[in-house]
Amino acid sequence: MRDVAIIGAGVTKFGELWDKSFRALGIEAGIKAMSDANLSGNEIDGIFIGNMSAGQFIKQKHIDALIADYTGMATNHIPATRVEAGGASGGVAFRQAVMAVASGMHDVVMVGGAEKMTDMDDVSINSVLDATADAEWEAGMGVTFAGLHAMIANRMIHDGIATREEIASFSVNSHFHGALNPNAQFRKAITLDTVLKSGPTATPLGMFDCAPISDGAAGLVLCPLEDAKKYTDSYVKVSAVAQASDTLALFQRPDITTYQATVEAAKRAYEQAGITAQDIDVAEVHDTYTVTGIMALQDLGFYKRGEAGKAVLNEECHFDSGKIAINTSGGLKARGHPIGATGVAQIVEIVEQLRGSADKRQVENAKYGLAQNTGGTGSAVTVSILEAM
Amino acid sequence: MDVGIVSYGGYVPRYRIKPEEIGRIWGVDGKSMGKGLMIYQKSVPSPDEDVVTIATEAARYMMDRVPDVDPKDIGAIYVGSESHPYAVKPTATIVAEAIEATPAMTAADMEFACKAGTAGIQACMGLVGAGMVKYGVAIGADTSQGAPGDALEYSASAGGAAYLIGSEKVIAKINKTLSFTTDTPDFWRREGQPYPKHGGRFTGEPAYFKHITSAAKMMFEAMGTTAADYKYAVFHQPNGKFPTRVAKQLGFSDEQIQYGLLTPNIGNTYSGAVPLGLANVLDHAEPGDRIFVTSYGSGAGSDAFDITVTDEMANYRRDNAPTLEKVMADPIYVDYGIYAKFKGKILMPE
Amino acid sequence: MSSVAREWREVPGRYNLKGTKCANCGTIYFPRRDFCPKCRRAGIGKIEEYDICRTGEVYTYSIVYDAPAMCDMIKPYAVVMVRTDDGVMIAGQLVDVDLEKVAIGMRVRAVMRKLSTDGESGIIRYGYKFVPAE
Repeated sequence: MRDVAIIGAGVTKFGELWDKSFRALGIEAGIKAMSDANLSGNEIDGIFIGNMSAGQFIKQKHIDALIADYTGMATNHIPATRVEAGGASGGVAFRQAVMAVASGMHDVVMVGGAEKMTDMDDVSINSVLDATADAEWEAGMGVTFAGLHAMIANRMIHDGIATREEIASFSVNSHFHGALNPNAQFRKAITLDTVLKSGPTATPLGMFDCAPISDGAAGLVLCPLEDAKKYTDSYVKVSAVAQASDTLALFQRPDITTYQATVEAAKRAYEQAGITAQDIDVAEVHDTYTVTGIMALQDLGFYKRGEAGKAVLNEECHFDSGKIAINTSGGLKARGHPIGATGVAQIVEIVEQLRGSADKRQVENAKYGLAQNTGGTGSAVTVSILEAM
Repeated sequence: MDVGIVSYGGYVPRYRIKPEEIGRIWGVDGKSMGKGLMIYQKSVPSPDEDVVTIATEAARYMMDRVPDVDPKDIGAIYVGSESHPYAVKPTATIVAEAIEATPAMTAADMEFACKAGTAGIQACMGLVGAGMVKYGVAIGADTSQGAPGDALEYSASAGGAAYLIGSEKVIAKINKTLSFTTDTPDFWRREGQPYPKHGGRFTGEPAYFKHITSAAKMMFEAMGTTAADYKYAVFHQPNGKFPTRVAKQLGFSDEQIQYGLLTPNIGNTYSGAVPLGLANVLDHAEPGDRIFVTSYGSGAGSDAFDITVTDEMANYRRDNAPTLEKVMADPIYVDYGIYAKFKGKILMPE
Repeated sequence: MSSVAREWREVPGRYNLKGTKCANCGTIYFPRRDFCPKCRRAGIGKIEEYDICRTGEVYTYSIVYDAPAMCDMIKPYAVVMVRTDDGVMIAGQLVDVDLEKVAIGMRVRAVMRKLSTDGESGIIRYGYKFVPAE
């Protein structure tokens, strides 16, 4: 297996992008990543696209072909593959691309992630999101996606793993960073009170505990580490890319206050990279809901069970805190959550941090960065570790 | 062969509205209206309840009380209602599936205004008596509709009761049943119409009173009895006033109809009314008690029953399901806005 | 129009909490599984029908305000994970309850209710919901 490098990264602005179509977003992210890697495009020999639900959101399936076509890759007839794993679609697409390069089957691969959600009405969007849980025995019984996460939160509060305030503080951290990211959907810092007093979606969670509905796309270019210098001086190494799965339905787990798939994927990733959780300088974690952000910090080994919430509330997760900086992009909550794009955009943020181009939110001397991407209620999780070169 | 009731179960939705709240909306003195009708509150089904769910709950309570009865021995299920959720597609098959009585059985929905439930009991008695089935289930249940502002809106409510009819371990023997039936158009609902219409005061003397007293007198004559021979009596109860008056006309006292009269507390449950009244009597009955029952369905007809509670009642697991008093306790009161939403009276977007 | 067959084939689970049990390891499954993920090959041919207990207690809950179309008429409404008395976890709605009183540990029992309707003319889906129990 060959070591793999990321030589290009690009992301569109995330948000309610009324004037941009799915294909326009895909092209924009692709061109940014390609330009970043100083490629003409002819070097690329494979494409992997993370996308959850274009078939429902914009009634377009076969988006592998669409992206290949509109980015000009179809003129060379290179293979394009679309990957779906709920909210982890982007992370899994990234892993597929890394494997393709590592194995030697491909040399220069484009990874894309894209979702256009706002072409659909809100109630219908929610029904699509609900279907990333068990469509028959959770969503089909009236148990919404937010409801599932809210039930995790209530159990965590009941078991003394985190308080309501600690859980809510994750949103404050995300917004703090979102204000510093020009591509974020929400560029406004908020207070804990704003989260606690936001209208309820599913108690104890309110509007400000939930990632928004977003449009956006992100792109990366990968090549063998040994070839990276041919294209750019500014690249990072992929030290690990691990993936794990769990039951589709949340209620079938022995413990709902931890995502075992995160724990397992993290364990494998640290092994692959030959490091421990404490070596990580900056991390992007999957905060679809504040509560999943808190869980991630514990499941990834950054904090012990019961301590993550306190750390976030104490503002220990800021980019300049000197501890592990969390969601410097603004996370899903403030940067936005165009589902298929999220996993790829997390990697883009880590790339920016590791090569020192994260501007106002730059973590000093970041060497190792981690991205955790989740599908459903932790039914599929990817954990990737990147290393500065 | 003694044919009779082997088990029973009753269910009433938990929500209630008071007549003064309905009157408040329509500019009517609801309190006096309720007093006149002798209806002090009525049950309201939740939006997720209908005749299927009410009948199922009643039937499950019924089965809970006879753990030794194999539901596969039920050979017939009839659900009587004027508010079946489907115009075509039986309620009875869904209930049958929910109590695991399928598939070697017959089933059908019945409709005879407010007496479809007792008609079902008669049909089951025939099948059991003829040896065609071991057990038959008859259910009367409704989520009846009264047009907004109409007098019926103060009474039309929801509830139902289920009866397991058989010839073994009978807790209440049905000594006799008979009916009095004519073509009397006092109340009707045309196909596709959301609300029923009625003949106003025509629903009284020539309809309700004539049919009930005729059937009751036929029963007295056939059995050689008078009101004094019965411990309890149950009459159809579109409101509290009619059954109280008809009981008096037939010589029954207020004590005799006390347990069988639920309408003042839950409203008119239509097909569920007499079955629920009888269920409440059975909740209190002891071996040897004799019960007089006469239903009424508009259109019109009355089914009369002469029933005697047997010694088997002592062995019956009545406590395996809640009594009706318990089912009806602890209601949740709603205002007219919630009521209108629950009853689908608000025009919603597509 | 939603698929009639898709609903119809789930009737035993939806109406009567019919699950399965692996005779090899004793694990009870709801919804039914005909292949035991724990025993895999060793469990083949050893999966038995199992009636899940209809009573249990609330393991966790939430009051849902942002409701799907199917629950629009009853929002806000409670969702729960219930651990049945035979130890099986089930997710569903808790209805006919004072929302202020919903709590972890509360006793509940399964009843049959309407889950959703396919418009004014389509099929009505029935299935389990929970209500407070003694």
